Amino acid sequence: MRPDSADLADAATLWKSAYVHIPFCLRRCPYCDFAIVDESVEGRSSVERYVDAVLAEIEMESGIGPLDAINFGGGTPTRLAPEQLASIVESLETRFSTRGGAEISLEANPEDWTESLAAGLVEGGFTRVSIGAQSFDDHVLSSLGRNHTADTIASTVASARAVGFRSVSIDLIFGHPGESDESWQTSVERALSLDPDHVSTYSLTVEPGTQLSREVRAGAPAPDDDVQADRYEYFVEKAQAVGIIRYEVSNHARDGHACRYNLSTWGNGEYVAFGLGAHDHIGRVRSRNHRRIDRYLEAVEAGERPRLGSETLGAAASERDALMLGLRLACGAVLTDTATHFVESREGKRLIDAGVMGLSGGRLVVYKPMLTDAVVREASSVSAADC
Amino acid sequence: MDQSRIRNFSIIAHIDHGKSTLADRLLERTGAISERDMRAQLLDEMDLERERGITIKANAVRIDYKAKDGFVYELNLIDTPGHVDFSYEVSRSLEACEGALLLVDASQGVEAQTLANAYLAVESGLEIIPVVNKIDLPAAEPERVATEIAGILGGSPDEIIAVSAKSGAGIDELLEAIVTRLPAPEGNPSDPLRALVFDSYYDIYRGVVSLVRVVDGAISDGDAIRFMATNEDLVADEVGVRHPSIEPTGRLGAGEVGYLITGVKDIDLIRVGDTVTHVERPAAQALAGYDEPKPMVFSGLFPTDGDDFERLREALDKLRLNDSSLVYQAETSRALGFGFRCGFLGMLHMEIVRERLEREYDLDLVSTAPSVEYVANLANGSKVVVHSPQDLPDPAYIDSIEEPYVKVMIITPKEYIGTVMELIQTKRGEMGEMTYLSPERVELHYIVPLAEIVFDFFDQLKSRTRGYASLDYEPEDYRVSNLVRVDILLNSQPVDAFSTIVHKDKAQIYGRAMVKRLRELIPRQMFDVPIQAAVGSRIISRETIKARRKDVTAKCYGGDITRKRKLLEKQKEGKKRMKMVGSVEVPQEAFVAALTIGDE
Repeated sequence: MRPDSADLADAATLWKSAYVHIPFCLRRCPYCDFAIVDESVEGRSSVERYVDAVLAEIEMESGIGPLDAINFGGGTPTRLAPEQLASIVESLETRFSTRGGAEISLEANPEDWTESLAAGLVEGGFTRVSIGAQSFDDHVLSSLGRNHTADTIASTVASARAVGFRSVSIDLIFGHPGESDESWQTSVERALSLDPDHVSTYSLTVEPGTQLSREVRAGAPAPDDDVQADRYEYFVEKAQAVGIIRYEVSNHARDGHACRYNLSTWGNGEYVAFGLGAHDHIGRVRSRNHRRIDRYLEAVEAGERPRLGSETLGAAASERDALMLGLRLACGAVLTDTATHFVESREGKRLIDAGVMGLSGGRLVVYKPMLTDAVVREASSVSAADC
Repeated sequence: MDQSRIRNFSIIAHIDHGKSTLADRLLERTGAISERDMRAQLLDEMDLERERGITIKANAVRIDYKAKDGFVYELNLIDTPGHVDFSYEVSRSLEACEGALLLVDASQGVEAQTLANAYLAVESGLEIIPVVNKIDLPAAEPERVATEIAGILGGSPDEIIAVSAKSGAGIDELLEAIVTRLPAPEGNPSDPLRALVFDSYYDIYRGVVSLVRVVDGAISDGDAIRFMATNEDLVADEVGVRHPSIEPTGRLGAGEVGYLITGVKDIDLIRVGDTVTHVERPAAQALAGYDEPKPMVFSGLFPTDGDDFERLREALDKLRLNDSSLVYQAETSRALGFGFRCGFLGMLHMEIVRERLEREYDLDLVSTAPSVEYVANLANGSKVVVHSPQDLPDPAYIDSIEEPYVKVMIITPKEYIGTVMELIQTKRGEMGEMTYLSPERVELHYIVPLAEIVFDFFDQLKSRTRGYASLDYEPEDYRVSNLVRVDILLNSQPVDAFSTIVHKDKAQIYGRAMVKRLRELIPRQMFDVPIQAAVGSRIISRETIKARRKDVTAKCYGGDITRKRKLLEKQKEGKKRMKMVGSVEVPQEAFVAALTIGDE
């Protein structure tokens, strides 16, 4: 099925999934503001305790099932041994059961990749891997704080293919001030030449509190919006030419390779989540875990859910979330009352007149995906005032 | 109090020459205020005055001072604003005094406004005590400044009192001089009552509180009184003095300064400048009053949120209770909706009103570029007064347009004469006379269109003379000028709020600068927005704001989705400070862009 089909997006609203956060990283990348454990500072001493805690946390959740997708994100999931990852998968399958053909996916750092890791992951049930390539320009890679090279990425992709992953995805980051048009074109060319099933393209974003943000404040050049828009459009066009279709703002796939876990979250679906700083969504309750490793471990080891807080959404707020997420999809958002109200508002009409969005296939579609937040902002003001 | 032991005086000073500090010191030295209650700028009661370090409202305070002759004297200090916008307040206050302290910074010398006010005081027959302040500063040149003052006022430099309001040096000598050199008030205590209302303010509990100077007779609690100009008969509920806190005395005699409360809530019934007399035994003739100050600058004030129009009206009504110089009438703009065209005494007054409306009444306002008052002479012989460029009739029906001119006085060190002349030339000014105040400093006179000096002239003058020149001006007359209206089109639609009247020779430059400035001020939208400047149907300049191309969160997965949405909602809330003009979001500062384009 085409990754951008509305039928797929509709089906995904009913899928259930699980997210597991693996916070360990070799080092913190200069642009990263995620909840991680920086091994270069804190070491690896808590890895085993952490795996045990995640397993224990899974036992505390009764929630949902059966699962259509399991996703390991980070941090860097490949900082764990494949057996450790497999034990978590097994525990999830036992606790919630999985549907046939369920997607079991993880993010991988090329630096960690070995043939035995790859084999262990497939052995452990993983069907999909998302390889953190970021760039094929070694100079840009080093500016991004990455220690792998373009050649490492190529061999990682080849190895993942050979060992039998059903879907192989490549992550790219574009728009670093040190990246030129030529270097981006080369990255795109090399990424597509590896024949991936899926590509995620992220514009480099300056998040507050990061090293990048401090550098920019100190006068280093910041990513340029227009340059990033150019790079983005360049990629979308090149990828489409080889059958890799954009189905969300930052995600592109061949037919049959859209990421199920992601589709489920954009469908405002339900998911359980485990690990440091993880967020879940069950019923209309969103809960979040501690972001500090000591608090997280202490809570779980004391037999408690490691909650930092939770929020129960009203029907209207939940519909607003659904609209925000739906607008990120290439096939657009379902025309709920909230969406219809937005379309008919002055703000909505203005955006339609400007060609930024429109109705297509009975859904509300953002035609300029790089302006999605601008559209969501207008939409939220219309619905928020009303609900 | 024995009339011979009353002294009524004001302090004339330039901003920052230390007037409020001197007043603080006088209060402290005479024990009018305990050390415990002392705070800086005691007489400036408004938060805004204290923050900006300026005086906006006049104030009056009584000080009891035991002089060296052994008698206790009643000193009434009438505090006055220093800024040119409020010079009418100064002239009113001077009417209530017999003397004035002319306070000059020992390192700065005499400034234009001080000089203008000093001349005003001399013309009103006041006795002046020149005071040189800040003598303890390293850059102080008290002798040079004293010579300069003596040159202006006549008399000997020896009569000038040197003080440091900060340290208190010279304050005792000054208090003695006030007693010995300023005359006692001359009114006749047995004549029918005549008291001058020299200011009033609104108190939410007491209603209108008037500050009065009793000239003849006396006024007591319970007296049936008449306001002679409005012919309004009221009862004096309470009279007293300000110490500076209010203190009822039951009676105010000839020569005294104090307050009067009648319980009236309607500020229009009690006019500043009116004379109070008794209903029984009224005075035959009122005291010489003064004219209401005329607004010089007009600007539109619009609520960012159209629903706040009524709240804005109420806020203006309330603000006017304390500021009768504020005038306003409802106005409609196609771009900005319903609002008010307001008249102000000058730019500072305009800023203050706007700031008070936003702060004290929690309003979010858009103000349009200020304009002066033009008169259009129509071909059919009638005249139209134009307070807003959008009200200018079709040029086809206009015979000529007149604009207000002002007399400008500038005091500058002589090395900047050339610079000042150059500046005046770019402002269509005409040179008048030039007088040397001292071998180093010159007083220059010009006639200049008000529109050219009211907006950024003062800033330009200051920057070109490295802060040394000072400025004062007063209305002269109306003259015919070759004026045109420059319109601004946003997305091909004319935006009335951006229209400005300028001299024809400057239209091209103005249009180009304005369009460029707007391109900088208006954020990129989701589509290209052309900005054009036009005179009539002729486009004189054009720029394009290119469409915004990226505004998106790169990663949005199963993380904190609700938080992300709330963040976007909050950002949208912030954008409500933008005004929608057609389909373009325009920030508030764009509407006063004309003020910030300078002479590019």
